Amino acid sequence: MAAFSTSPRAGYDGVVVAAPVTVPYRRYSINSAHWWIGRALRGLCDAARLSPADLDGFSVSSFTLAPDTAIGLTQHFGLSPRWLDFIPMGGASGVLALRKAARAVQAGDATVVACVAGDTNHVDSFRRTLSTFSRFAQDAVYPYGSGGPNANFALIMANYMQLTGATREDIGKLAVAQRANALHFPHALMKKPLSLADYLNARPISDPIHLFDCVMPCAGAEAFLVMREADARAHGLPFARILGSIERHNAFAEDVIQYRGGWAVDIDALYAQAGIAKGKVDFVETYDDYPVISMMQLEDLGLCARGTVAEFVRGNSFTVDGSCPHNTSGGQLSVGQAGCAGGYLGLVEAIRQLTGQALGAQVKEARVGLVSGFGMITYDRGLASCAALLGSA
Amino acid sequence: MTTPLTPPKRKNPLQRTRLPVLPSGIRSRTAHLLTQAAAEGHFGLPACSACGAVHYPPRDACPKCLSPRLVMKDVSPLGRVAAETIIRTSTDAYFRERMPWRIGTVALDAGPAVIAHLHGDVREGDRVRLALKLDKSGQAVAIALPEKETPNMGDDPQLRELTLDPKFRRVLVTDARTPVGRAVIEALVKAGAAIVFAGLPETWKPAAGRDAIAALDRVEIHPLDVTDTDSVQELAAEIGGKVDILINTAEHIRPGGLLDRRGVQMAREELEAGYLGLLRLAQAFGPTMRFRGADGTNNACAWVNVLSVYALTNWPAYGAHSASQAAMLSAAQSLRAELRPGGVRVVNVFSGPLETEWYQPVPPPKVAPSQIANAIVDALRRGLEDVYVGDIAEDVRARLATNPKAIERELG
Repeated sequence: MAAFSTSPRAGYDGVVVAAPVTVPYRRYSINSAHWWIGRALRGLCDAARLSPADLDGFSVSSFTLAPDTAIGLTQHFGLSPRWLDFIPMGGASGVLALRKAARAVQAGDATVVACVAGDTNHVDSFRRTLSTFSRFAQDAVYPYGSGGPNANFALIMANYMQLTGATREDIGKLAVAQRANALHFPHALMKKPLSLADYLNARPISDPIHLFDCVMPCAGAEAFLVMREADARAHGLPFARILGSIERHNAFAEDVIQYRGGWAVDIDALYAQAGIAKGKVDFVETYDDYPVISMMQLEDLGLCARGTVAEFVRGNSFTVDGSCPHNTSGGQLSVGQAGCAGGYLGLVEAIRQLTGQALGAQVKEARVGLVSGFGMITYDRGLASCAALLGSA
Repeated sequence: MTTPLTPPKRKNPLQRTRLPVLPSGIRSRTAHLLTQAAAEGHFGLPACSACGAVHYPPRDACPKCLSPRLVMKDVSPLGRVAAETIIRTSTDAYFRERMPWRIGTVALDAGPAVIAHLHGDVREGDRVRLALKLDKSGQAVAIALPEKETPNMGDDPQLRELTLDPKFRRVLVTDARTPVGRAVIEALVKAGAAIVFAGLPETWKPAAGRDAIAALDRVEIHPLDVTDTDSVQELAAEIGGKVDILINTAEHIRPGGLLDRRGVQMAREELEAGYLGLLRLAQAFGPTMRFRGADGTNNACAWVNVLSVYALTNWPAYGAHSASQAAMLSAAQSLRAELRPGGVRVVNVFSGPLETEWYQPVPPPKVAPSQIANAIVDALRRGLEDVYVGDIAEDVRARLATNPKAIERELG
């Protein structure tokens, strides 16, 4: 049988992303996910001077909406969209929402898509989310010490350090730079400077993961709008262009322990679609549930040659004014992880950077930003990986 | 090297008894394939009947060919610890009390990578033997054990959570008058039990081997008649707070089916010693054992029933007795669920006809009382839940799994 032929990836011409919205995070919230998503929607309408009736596309990402899904929210918020999507995919939510919404707008299935991720964090909701996160987690991970993702990623980190020669100092360098970035970002929950010594001497959580390798679960929401460039211009909205995007799930299933993600399969296609030389970007927003995973992304996203990531980290600086500005708002490690909103955080920050609306420090001459998403560790590895290249107008 | 357990100190009666909490016991229905293997002490993984691919965690379609025809298959338990971590912070109350806790990724020779508990003698990079065991919630988990036996291996704290080892535990054997009871008492003393309380009904009657048992170290004889509610409750009042393992060896075996019996007197006696005996013991000892499920090194951990394998399918030659055994099996299932909140496990030991006087006319193969005793100690050390002793029991088990109607016709 002949193989199927692959058609070339069409561009996202004429579709833009605008109105970056963050509902300031809180460590714990007594409000529901609905409340947080509602606030984000209101934020989108305010930012773009739209009425809720103008939102004819709606994409929702959340882990804590149960028993509701996206459809229940339409009635909850009085929306009547002609295009609706539910993407509860954690760290991959942002880029996945973007690329799906962009195609809907491009095809005329929707005019303005509100993409929103929001989760609440009650005092006990994190434990509940962990124990029932996935069937594989329930059957084959949670009963083993119930260390949550910390224990999973400890196994990945131990293996990655051995494989790449990366040390805790290298991995910590990323976390320390992010904290420096966060000190400028008004919504960051972590406000204390972090030194490499602090990172190295922190208490162990699940060896080799220590305290500052971990994100802090919190409540919050992030959102943006996807629309035609013409509409953005007509409404006077600053916007960023979508230059290319990829997603790949459950890649390299044969790897005993994850040391690469789906980006490694499609990364050349991403740069080709965008017409950008590999790694030639002005800043990078990776999904930093753990800094070792950011390191893995730097390698898979082609910022350095495979096998050289330890040297790459040693030879570069990652603050907003550094040689490789990375997680410029502070990332989840310093801002907090608001469930699925954590998967939007880098993307919303990239839109701000590319439209000159940074709330914290602004990357100088930010023209091309790389955003990547990663998530859904249902058994022993993150299954979802995705990335988008965004450009300034 | 495992640090050997030290004999637990006498409990301070003023100290609060720590309440048992359990690890997460939620599993998908498919994952109970592993529960069944663990209950009987096999190692296996789900495999595809169509393409042969082995996978883990359990799925509902083969990840190689999407066939839904999946079965448990015995595969090599050998593998290598590819990565390990020491968990020091847990969101779960059970593990939080037992921190730090070691787990690792085991790359099995059979293919799949399995996240498993790690025995203390196992390190990253080591070759290991993976075993499926039941945890305190009664659900199957995998633990990586040293490839070869190491000194004091059973004393490892993570492994001991998954076993019911009689070492340093106090055991009540309910009927020392039966040959099985006597053999069990001897085996437990050898296995390092701290005390064996030997129940003896009708103490005024001469009992075979009584002197030999009384002469054993760490054995105390107590009057106990499981057919007498007062007797059971009196003993529970005296020693109930010290029974870590209860082994019910009381029996009342008489041949014959329903039509062979005149009236219901004999059947009533069977029920008194069997089903109602179990009920009395459960009511008298069960609540305290459930409460003491996390009470230190010598916590309450197991309840063992010695049953005829014909509890599973009736053998009309001993038809009335089989029925009483079926009642006990059903009660044992209820007891298993009722003791689970305490992390106390119910072990059912199924035997074929015994080498004892009430099976005198039955042709061999028959089971010697010492075989049952050894099987019980082995089951406790390995943490098994369903044990089949002897060729007949194995045969009945296999035939029932193949075609229950065939064995029903053939036994009758």
